[in-house]
Amino acid sequence: MKPRPFDYVRADSVAEVLELLARHGEGARILAGGQSLMAMMNLRLVQPEVLIDISRIAELGEIRIVGDMLEVGATVTQARLEAWPKLEEVAPFIARAIPWVGHFQTRNRGTVCGSIAHADPSSELPLSLALLEGEVVLRSCRGERCLKAPEFQTGMLTTAREADEMITAVRFPIGVGRKGAAFREVARRHGDFAIVGIGAVVAGDGNIRLGVGGVSDRPRTITLPRADESDLQDRIERFAWELGGYDDIHASARYRRDILRRLAPRVIQEALQCNG
Amino acid sequence: MQRVGQNERVPVTITLNGRQVTALATSRTLLSDFLRQAVGATGTHVGCEHGVCGCCTVMIDGVAGRSCLALAVQVDGCRIDTVEGLAGEGGALNALQRAFQANHALQCGFCTPGILMSFTDLLARNPSPTEQEVREVLGGHICRCTGYAGIVAAVLQAAAEMRGEAA
Repeated sequence: MKPRPFDYVRADSVAEVLELLARHGEGARILAGGQSLMAMMNLRLVQPEVLIDISRIAELGEIRIVGDMLEVGATVTQARLEAWPKLEEVAPFIARAIPWVGHFQTRNRGTVCGSIAHADPSSELPLSLALLEGEVVLRSCRGERCLKAPEFQTGMLTTAREADEMITAVRFPIGVGRKGAAFREVARRHGDFAIVGIGAVVAGDGNIRLGVGGVSDRPRTITLPRADESDLQDRIERFAWELGGYDDIHASARYRRDILRRLAPRVIQEALQCNG
Repeated sequence: MQRVGQNERVPVTITLNGRQVTALATSRTLLSDFLRQAVGATGTHVGCEHGVCGCCTVMIDGVAGRSCLALAVQVDGCRIDTVEGLAGEGGALNALQRAFQANHALQCGFCTPGILMSFTDLLARNPSPTEQEVREVLGGHICRCTGYAGIVAAVLQAAAEMRGEAA
């Protein structure tokens, strides 16, 4: 339960990181908070040749508003975003979901971007990115590009990031969920990996956007027109069936679909009720 | 840029419980192993080594975190606080430790060092936690003696005492 030997490099600037990534490609991994990566390295599920520590690069540590987006830099921890005074106003859905990310102790070090880069299908932050239609800023020596959530999230623990790219920030549209936002999940213990996580926001036009993690290989979303309750339940049933689900040691595919069928209406109700 | 090759052994300096210490580490030395094996501070315990059990929780620059998910080379120059730093002069227990003793909040004691460090962080940030908040932080630890009720009672009592309220 110790990592395999690797070269450690603490980078002082983004330029240094990009140069290292260009040189080492697939053999390199970026270390920010390490709350997913170090666990995987200890279990030897990930065996990088070069580990690039970005945690002391000051330019990556900002939470700021850029136009109509909230931008969270690559070294911003989950705890810092959770404690950010404007979070409730700027991104009410994230304010609901972030206390469910890992434990108090892992949020202290784990980063927002790191969780999105890790792309666990049941994680709360990748779900937030998908549900809020956020975007990911990727930089390499070749330049910078910005991918929308569905382009970035390509599958279980996989993203569209190329080997020579790093995530410098993620962006969430400001104000989505001000008309109502709710998040719930089912896990063995609060802070453990969710079996299923469900989020809902009331969109500007009154429709409901529902996001589901832990049922498919990546977070999935659906827009539900605000209609009578029986129709809503039918749509959720169909959505659950389309997603299929997967079996693992924690839950069967059928159980995951069942959670979605039963929990989604409650989450939607909650989102509608906080509609001020 | 600082580079530590995989076959290198480099000095790492931390401020451990207020005292500067330097010891050698390789790039892959976990902070938990660095503390126990290189520095000799064995108060921090090691359980699962993948961030789940919480035994190895220490304070890194003032916030509680898993020492098994941090590298020694990563925390070079950082302040690390561990269970050894809690007691005062002559080993006098602090308020949190006394409350643990009074409430039977430890049985075998293996998980206790990590739990104490998590709540040292929580109480510094939030002197009046609710029982629910205490339980959520405790959710980041596993106690196989399952003495959770005593731990929750101890933290609430310590918080009251630290606020200057009668227990």
